[in-house]
Amino acid sequence: MKKNINSNFYIPQIEKRNRLARRFKYTTLAAVILSLSFLGFFLFDIVKTGYPAFQQSYIKVEIKFDEETASNPYGIFDKTMSKLISRAWLRSLPQKIAKNPQWMGTTQTFWALLNAEADQHIKGRLSRLDDSLKIKIEELLLKEEIEKRLNVIFFFTGDSKIPENAGFYSAIIGSILTMMVTMTLAVPIGVMTAIYLEEFAPDNKITQIIEVNINNLAAIPSILFGLLGLAIFINFFGVPRSSPLVGGMTLALMSLPIIIVSSKAALKSVPASIRQAGYGLGLTKWQVTKDHVLPLAFPGILTGSIIALAQAMGETAPLIIVGMIAFVPDAVTNITSAATVMPAQIFTWSGMPERAYIEKTAAGIIVLLSVLISLNTMAVILRKKFEVKW
Amino acid sequence: MSNDLLFLLFFGGFIPILFIAYIVGKSKANKISAQGVTLHSQASQYGWLTALYTGLPAITFATTGIFLYLFDFYLIPPFMLIASALGLAALTLFIVTQNIKATTKARDLIENVLKNILILATLISILTTFGILFSIIFESLHFFQRESITGFLFGTQWNPDTAFLEGASRGGEDVANAQFGAVPIFAGTFYITLIAMAVAVPIGLFSAIYMSEYASLKVRNIIKPTLEILAGIPTVVYGFFAAITVAPFIVDVFAIFGMTASYRSALGAGIVMGIMIIPIISSLSDDVISAVPQNVRNGALALGMNKAETIKFVVLPSAMPGIIAATLLGVSRALGETMIVVMAASLRPNLTMNPLEDMTTVTVKIVEALVGDQEFDSSLTLSAFALGFVLFVVTLIINIVSITTIRRFHQKYKISNL
Repeated sequence: MKKNINSNFYIPQIEKRNRLARRFKYTTLAAVILSLSFLGFFLFDIVKTGYPAFQQSYIKVEIKFDEETASNPYGIFDKTMSKLISRAWLRSLPQKIAKNPQWMGTTQTFWALLNAEADQHIKGRLSRLDDSLKIKIEELLLKEEIEKRLNVIFFFTGDSKIPENAGFYSAIIGSILTMMVTMTLAVPIGVMTAIYLEEFAPDNKITQIIEVNINNLAAIPSILFGLLGLAIFINFFGVPRSSPLVGGMTLALMSLPIIIVSSKAALKSVPASIRQAGYGLGLTKWQVTKDHVLPLAFPGILTGSIIALAQAMGETAPLIIVGMIAFVPDAVTNITSAATVMPAQIFTWSGMPERAYIEKTAAGIIVLLSVLISLNTMAVILRKKFEVKW
Repeated sequence: MSNDLLFLLFFGGFIPILFIAYIVGKSKANKISAQGVTLHSQASQYGWLTALYTGLPAITFATTGIFLYLFDFYLIPPFMLIASALGLAALTLFIVTQNIKATTKARDLIENVLKNILILATLISILTTFGILFSIIFESLHFFQRESITGFLFGTQWNPDTAFLEGASRGGEDVANAQFGAVPIFAGTFYITLIAMAVAVPIGLFSAIYMSEYASLKVRNIIKPTLEILAGIPTVVYGFFAAITVAPFIVDVFAIFGMTASYRSALGAGIVMGIMIIPIISSLSDDVISAVPQNVRNGALALGMNKAETIKFVVLPSAMPGIIAATLLGVSRALGETMIVVMAASLRPNLTMNPLEDMTTVTVKIVEALVGDQEFDSSLTLSAFALGFVLFVVTLIINIVSITTIRRFHQKYKISNL
């Protein structure tokens, strides 16, 4: 545009002002891009660190079975080989021999688990292996006597102090049990509270105080719920420490306010005309709520509950306080014995000194994040699908 | 006898009785109505009434028995308890069915019972707050009986090591007194929170401005949920990220300038915590900025302001209470955040202004005191509750201020989504 300095409409500062305006706009855009790139970099970093853990290296070994190997399975391999093969695999060998007596006198080929140091080296990470061992590994790789396979151990075994033998299974089971306890306690109580506050309670000072209180509860640091769980559930009621029961109860208290707030919002969104039509036909309050309001509010309540579940599932701090960071090699089957949950297992692994645990931790995070993201996506889809626009 | 078997016995006996109660009640009502008498309520409601009145006494009785058992007041043998609860159910079933008449107001009675059940559920939700409050206050009082309050609030030395010996019952005359001066811990907490807010407030606020003022609806509907993913990521994941990626990065960067940073510096934990808080601030501020009426903007534009000036001088000032409230909520999140600081900040209480040194926070100390084989009533364990009490009071005040501010703001512009 041509500048017309003599025009009556010319404003001397206009250029500067417009420049500042543009700069302001780009600053805000930069902030958005920055926060999105945080997210992108963060996810990229976790996936990059974690995905190698879904593969595990195995080495081909031939074992000749005779009296001597049966009596001393640990002496089968020479010094170099025993530095490469996992102790966990060696330990399981005597059991296998006992189970298969027909092996005696024959030579069998196995794919043995490689230990974490060698595995890290093959994946191109730092390891503390000697140079001679590294050369040996290169040779074996060329001969295709070492290969990488899907890491089944990670998904189907529990925790272990031997990195290559450590898995996420017991944490997954622990999380499922804990969440079952949480949901059976929090959803009914939360929904019932929401129904009372929204449909039945008189609108007076006490109800208002209760509502403010519940909103506050939703914003209280989660670690304080852990203190509550420790002081009341464990010390007062004597619920077993580290158990999914106490963890689930603590998380239930934590997710109660979230469920109440979202259920109340869902109930509130049902138009008053529905209720009035019901009352007009002579229904009682409970009948209107049960047969008309609740079915209409159900998608909203469901979505809120799923989101609360996802949040509780990722929570660590209160569970550490109630002792759910136990070393649990085997998956638990009941809710009163010591267990661990996914985030707590991630926390435990992140504190391990061996480097191999870093990728295990990141792999655990990938599993946890995929569960949480799919739960949240499910919630969004359900809401979209069943949402009624009035 | 195993617990599973007890549960099986109880519910195996209980649910059929409820079902029978429903059938019996309903058929009694049907029988009355077959005689030509008009019933007060519908027949099925008499069924529900019978079932409720049969179930509730039995459930109450069983729970009372379990509580007595838990508190060692009176040990009823579990089998006896179940048998008598089921017996009670059968007895009440009999009495209720006998009393069903055409004039029985079944519908109103059900209504009352259900309303009371709902009130009970509400009470549990409220009791949680008092549970937190009392458990923390009670244990803090224990702590302050041993250590002085002023020493705790204003002391600058935190040396609980000898309390550890005492906790392991190895305390004696020769060990020095434990010191519980929490000032370095509070200072570390506020410092890390400050760093987090320095990251989160500008980025979060500017993102909110972009989303609500500049972005098209379509873009906004993509950006907002994407940013909220950041809020949904578990904090233990952020902690890992801070410890493995951010901390070494900070050490490397400052090494270029010849400064030594700790691997557990306050800066690393603070920055990652800030990233975590961005969506809280951006999302709430976005709501608040969008709530400012369009008329206000139109007025400013009509006076010749350009868009940026409108935002800076008109929209933001009117949205300010809401933005401050959002920031306060972010602060309370940062103060109570645990996993990031446990994994990325230090255990050492350190009173310093240098963000490259290691610092500790209230939540780290709580976790440190409670993880381990301490006796529950040692001073170290109890100090966790005292710290928790301070945390509770501070976050509670911040939350109340911020929630009431946001609510007042929304009332001003006649919008109610909080």
